[in-house]
Amino acid sequence: MNRRNFLRNTGFVAAGSLFVPAFMKPLEAMALDELSLYKNLVVVQLSGGNDGLNTVIPYGNDIYYQKRKSIAIKPEEIIKLNDMQGLNPNMAALQEIHDQGWMTIINDVGYPNPDRSHFRSMDIWQTGSDSNQFLSTGWIGRYLDSNCQTCKFPYTAIEVDDSLSLAMKGQTKKGIALKDPAALFRNTNDPFFKAMLQNDKEHLDEDNLGYLYKTMIETSSSASYIQNTSKIYQSKSTYPNSGFANQLKTVSKFISSGLKTRVYYVSLSGFDTHVNQIGQQGNLLKQYSEGMAAFLKDLKSNNKLDDTLVITFSEFGRRVEQNASNGTDHGTANNMFVFGGKLKKQGIFNAAPNLSDLDTGDLKYQLDFRQVYGTILDKWLDVNNADILNKKFNTLDFI
Amino acid sequence: MIAKDNFFKVKHLYNRAGFGISYTDLEKLSKKNLEKTVDRLIETSQKDDPIALVNDYESKRQLLAQAGLYSKKDLTDEEKKMRQQIVREQNEVSRDLNIAFVNKMINTDAPLREKMTLFWHGHFACRNNNPFFAQQLNNIQRANALGSFKTLLVEVSKAPAMLQYLNNQQNRKGKPNENFARELMELFTLGRGNYTEQDIKESARSFTGWMYDKDGSFIFRKNLHDDGTKTFFGKIGNFEGEHIIDIILEKPQTAQFIAQKVYKFFVNDTPNDAHIKELATTFYNSKYNIAAMMKKMFTSDWFYASENVGTKIKSPAEFLVGLSREFYVTYNKPQVLIQLQSSLGQYLFNPPNVAGWPGGQSWIDSSSLMLRMRIPSLVLNDGEIDFSGKADPEDEAVIALSRTATSNANANNKPKSYVNANADWPKFLNTLPKGLTPLALTEFLLQPKLNTKITSMVSDNKGLRSTAVEITSMPEYQLC
Repeated sequence: MNRRNFLRNTGFVAAGSLFVPAFMKPLEAMALDELSLYKNLVVVQLSGGNDGLNTVIPYGNDIYYQKRKSIAIKPEEIIKLNDMQGLNPNMAALQEIHDQGWMTIINDVGYPNPDRSHFRSMDIWQTGSDSNQFLSTGWIGRYLDSNCQTCKFPYTAIEVDDSLSLAMKGQTKKGIALKDPAALFRNTNDPFFKAMLQNDKEHLDEDNLGYLYKTMIETSSSASYIQNTSKIYQSKSTYPNSGFANQLKTVSKFISSGLKTRVYYVSLSGFDTHVNQIGQQGNLLKQYSEGMAAFLKDLKSNNKLDDTLVITFSEFGRRVEQNASNGTDHGTANNMFVFGGKLKKQGIFNAAPNLSDLDTGDLKYQLDFRQVYGTILDKWLDVNNADILNKKFNTLDFI
Repeated sequence: MIAKDNFFKVKHLYNRAGFGISYTDLEKLSKKNLEKTVDRLIETSQKDDPIALVNDYESKRQLLAQAGLYSKKDLTDEEKKMRQQIVREQNEVSRDLNIAFVNKMINTDAPLREKMTLFWHGHFACRNNNPFFAQQLNNIQRANALGSFKTLLVEVSKAPAMLQYLNNQQNRKGKPNENFARELMELFTLGRGNYTEQDIKESARSFTGWMYDKDGSFIFRKNLHDDGTKTFFGKIGNFEGEHIIDIILEKPQTAQFIAQKVYKFFVNDTPNDAHIKELATTFYNSKYNIAAMMKKMFTSDWFYASENVGTKIKSPAEFLVGLSREFYVTYNKPQVLIQLQSSLGQYLFNPPNVAGWPGGQSWIDSSSLMLRMRIPSLVLNDGEIDFSGKADPEDEAVIALSRTATSNANANNKPKSYVNANADWPKFLNTLPKGLTPLALTEFLLQPKLNTKITSMVSDNKGLRSTAVEITSMPEYQLC
């Protein structure tokens, strides 16, 4: 959105100040003393189905080389993490992160009866549903619904994007999507927008109209809060020049300026590498790793790394065997990355994928992705995971 | 007074049953008996005018070529190029098909039929990369939009788009695939909790062999059909697909389930059991005649009750179509319609899953509301908009192919685009009576009752055009 005013040629001028209903007041008056204890979760989505086997490469397993004649990464190029697995050479930036103990790789995360459609599988990951279940709320959205202490504010969950993902939408509460806090602030301070909110107490109890006004008030209030809290902060770190790194830079700015946001959501797309995968995936992994390394070091220098947990997922992994176009087709289980300053288990969390025990050419999952979510909900966001995931999932010991 | 009362009723009827009404038509119809107006609305929507965008012959040629390429193991470079070319062409035609549907809703003179088509489009939600299949399903939904639900259900079930989407193509004797059978009951007819897992298993067996052949026509493959005895809802027989559909339709629960969905789409997000029961009874007793149920709804007093007027959140399609129709908008770059649908969360032909769009308050979050409130000034005053949002997951392969090393760094900085649309202001203003005040225009454009804030914002010394842009930018305009 790139217009200074809502309306052109209408000559609309607002008068007076913005009316703030009583229930929004505490927002501005929140105590600042708990800020240092504030724990953040950052969710990174790799869209398109990242090929996990060429990301964390099982170079110690001959089957990998047999099944991927033209796209396998040579052992001497791999950044070895143990005798079995190592990172794609484009992920060199993460070597230092790994060596610092800020990184854990969880192998073979998936779910029963996997779906190979991008859309459906992304839906499943974002809602946390079973594969034959359709939910219209996301897992983070339901966390917002759960009445956690600060969840009443939409900025509790921020997606650095133009539109809000399903993951961030709850039944009664939703996160907020913004790419540029200053732009949102300008838009909500447009005279027309402010005039609409003025003296509008009477609509708040009406059902849908009240909901629209409540959303406007919350947007306006959140935009002011986010802008005013973060505008003074200047990052001293340098980030690589990519859209993805810019998103992370914005997240770092929010975290480091002490925004009371608990969940951040960013995404990087283009991973659907059916054709000539090596170059394409390599570029994306490089962007991902360099952005992530800059981000984590930035957080460390601001003393925020211990309060931050970052997870990375993709809607599915890819088939073990490559296709005839030097690419890979849609598969099932995949690895997840976890980053943070206080990981309980560092390096590689569980056994490498078993390439000889496949389900019609696809990896079998060892861990349900909802165990990962459940662990984060229980141990990091301090809610009971059964309340959010609709049934109890056993937690894991990575945090 | 009676005419004024009728004025608001007809306006409400055309907003819900169609995509709005011009002032000229509204004035005319306000003078008539409301029941006659409902009859006229149904009458004018009798005409079925299918979308004929996708070329049948060309699509069949592509299908055959694709089938040939898929069966080969090692493709030559030439063949790979051919395969990519087909996919590219299909994606392009799919976008054109989307725009054709939107334009049809904007320009139709059978508004109820198009509105019902939109309803069935969400009810029988389906994604298919093949635009010929997608068009065919859309036309089935349009042709039967107001007719027999049974015919609609059977035709949808046999449509290649649905056979493929819900994997009935893989549903074979001895190796049943239950996807279609499950969604048939859970989402298309009975609703969750009204059948057993055993009913799903048995009905899946009955639908084995329902497939489409390689030139895209339905075919019942007897040799892949499980002709053994099945037990479905306590009945025993050598059932085939049609029998299963008949048994499902014998259950009043199916009429109840559809009536509830129709009520939530046309009347109110919050179900009213008594009103839904009335609709379900009419529907069931008329042997699932859709028009009969719709007439019952539009002639019921409760349809015009204040809690049902101006209280529903427009879907993105209703919002975009309504705005474009009201102001005779031409999109010089129709692609923008797709970007708007996608940013607002309702990309037609691309529902989030087989359950369709959840609707209601789920349309609205801070970013979608901010965008909605800006669109009227962008569309009506030709503004600029920045579409750098996330890609549709189905486009990921295209993105992966088209990105080069150098463009990667700027992958998230897509260029801004102008909406590049023209409203026909003279035509719009011409539909309004002479001397219409800005306040009266506001009363016409908004569905919710006016309150003091709005009346004070709309002053009489502003022109009608400015007033119109202002009104359509209000949160109240999001309701119908």
